[in-house]
Amino acid sequence: MITILQNGRLIDPVTGVDETGDLWIKDGFIIPAQEKIPENSQYFDLQGKWIVPGLIDMHVHLREPGEEYKETVESGTRAAAAGGFTAVACMPNTIPVNDCASVTQLILAAAESKGYAKVYPVGAISKGSQGTGLAEYGELKAAGAVAVTDDGLPVLDSQLMRRAMEYAGSHELLLMSHSEEIALSRNGSMNEGVVSTRLGLRGIPVAAEAIMVYREIALAELTGQRTHIAHVSTAAATELIAQAKARGVQITAETTPHYFTLTEEAVGDYNTNAKMNPPLRTEEDRQAIRKGLQDGTFDAIATDHAPHSVIEKELEFDQAANGIIGLETSLPLSLGLVRDGVIDAMRMVELMSSSPARILKVDGGTLAVGTAADVTVIDPDKEFVFTKESILSKGKNSPFIDWTLQGKAVLTIMDGRITHNELS
Amino acid sequence: MKETYRFQHKHILGIEQLSVKDIFHILDTAISFKEISSRPIKKVPTLKGKTIINFFFEPSTRTRLSFEIAAKRMSADTFNIAASTSSAQKGETLIDTACNLEAMNPDIIIIRHGSSGAPGLLTRHVDAAIINAGDGTHEHPSQALLDLMTVREHKGTIEGLKIAIVGDIAHSRVAHSNILGFTKLGAEVNVAGPATFMPPYLDSLGAQVCDSVAEAVTDADVVMALRIQKERQEDPLIPSLREYAQFYGINHFLLQKHARPDVLIMHPGPINRGVEMNPDVADGKGSVILEQVTNGVAVRMALLYLVMGQEGSRAEA
Repeated sequence: MITILQNGRLIDPVTGVDETGDLWIKDGFIIPAQEKIPENSQYFDLQGKWIVPGLIDMHVHLREPGEEYKETVESGTRAAAAGGFTAVACMPNTIPVNDCASVTQLILAAAESKGYAKVYPVGAISKGSQGTGLAEYGELKAAGAVAVTDDGLPVLDSQLMRRAMEYAGSHELLLMSHSEEIALSRNGSMNEGVVSTRLGLRGIPVAAEAIMVYREIALAELTGQRTHIAHVSTAAATELIAQAKARGVQITAETTPHYFTLTEEAVGDYNTNAKMNPPLRTEEDRQAIRKGLQDGTFDAIATDHAPHSVIEKELEFDQAANGIIGLETSLPLSLGLVRDGVIDAMRMVELMSSSPARILKVDGGTLAVGTAADVTVIDPDKEFVFTKESILSKGKNSPFIDWTLQGKAVLTIMDGRITHNELS
Repeated sequence: MKETYRFQHKHILGIEQLSVKDIFHILDTAISFKEISSRPIKKVPTLKGKTIINFFFEPSTRTRLSFEIAAKRMSADTFNIAASTSSAQKGETLIDTACNLEAMNPDIIIIRHGSSGAPGLLTRHVDAAIINAGDGTHEHPSQALLDLMTVREHKGTIEGLKIAIVGDIAHSRVAHSNILGFTKLGAEVNVAGPATFMPPYLDSLGAQVCDSVAEAVTDADVVMALRIQKERQEDPLIPSLREYAQFYGINHFLLQKHARPDVLIMHPGPINRGVEMNPDVADGKGSVILEQVTNGVAVRMALLYLVMGQEGSRAEA
């Protein structure tokens, strides 16, 4: 059967196309448009909508194996598809940690049988993410892992990080850094600043991130290996990354919708759904992040989707778990950047699809003929209230609940298969 | 036009939520209750039949006792739960424990907890009035109110006074509540201590950070020293108590040289004598440390009365 997406605004950062047109899909691949519409074809009129390469979130926590009460590969990818994503890279801090081929295979098997999106497992840097000794990158890679990280925890031992970069390079795996100097952030539960003083909460200073980002840059320079900085939250780290890029260091970086949308003020009256690590920062940081998305300092928008149940969140603020969900709000919040004139639509698609594909060295990120039909259709004007009841992720831990959002994925197609459809 | 004031707060979570009018109303109420404690029969029937639970997750002697005495002098029934005997050690969450208490229909829960914001969390899950008896490094409102009451009794007013607070401001909920309380009533609050004891952006609370203790106590009407909390020393904040005493301890010489002659000396207790304050100062002229304790009972009687008054009028309505 042929699926025809007609009259939409086609946006493809790889080919540079930004024009109204049709997209034809057959047997899971994008094919050239033809003169005659065949019988039995599936047909969508997409006037006023955008047709973009399937969105890719390079930083999510699917919680399977081990914490299936928080999220599963099935529920997480279901939420991803609803948010317009056709692929996600999942972090290794599961139980057990994804530090070996068998865990990677287990995740891929779940994705294969129950997934609504492509799943790219990310393996651990160190065995058990314990910070001592390298995990087996060769086997991880062979099993299907695309990158390594100890995300959730920093690699404190600089020598281990150096070796991890070198060894990851040998196996063509991306190294993703959770940059945090624990000695400065220990027991902290929000940004160190005016709000932490008002609330009497122990703060996490900007320096905790900046110090480790600088170390990763120095090590990337030393080893010559490409290194990716995850979830950047501060103006200071943004500046360091911009400087490193300017002198040719092979560094890439992601930030998240919550860092370019919210500030520490969102913690308000001890709202644990505004607690994550790194924490929400100040307005100055938020503006620097937005500028970094505009000027190319950041390569990707990722969500750091971190589902938790009420067991971890309905607690005293300092006892509550870090992290918020993000898959179902990332696109509307990123469209906010377009509406605000920070970035244009093409740049947004680059940040949410083409660039993550390039960094992870996976397929996708383009609408070119002959590539797999991973396609997202966006209604940029659709307004909706993001209610708790509407959330498809098992985690309901979002600071954006009851926000009126604008812009939504209305059709998501992975390998030609419709994984989310609000059109018919 | 006649403006009628009514105390509107069901819970006492912090000085932050109280208006200037609220604070004066609490202090005036406390003054009217103070006399009860000096009667031969120290009991009034005001809160007869009310159930008050002291729910303490941190060790406390004087605050817990002060609340209990206040409640008993108002004829309320009081019950004490300490963290060591509660379900906290069995892994029950704060909310679950509180909901279980709630099921026994207490009127007031007085909570002390190591986590900032814990009393506010309780208000979202139980119907009882909640009084914060100290939460983490956030607030300790009843302590600030008794300090305000003590200073007001001696100076007649708070407005225009110079208050010096010396010590570990960053880890002190007493300092936090006092900075808010004294500045709300128009006093100038100067704080001093090593930089390791200063929280970031302290000026946003209204306090001025001084470079030295001498600067902070210059022309001060009130000098308050804070307890050095040895139990919170997981950070390398000071090299030794010995050095701290030498450079930041309040001594007679310092006060004589810089403070006003009628300076009041305060301390929330318990004192480390010879560390943050020398015995000659703690026991000397101008020390109102024990009056603070006496006023603590009166202020807590006022708080119990006022949060119940709110409840009573709601029930009648």
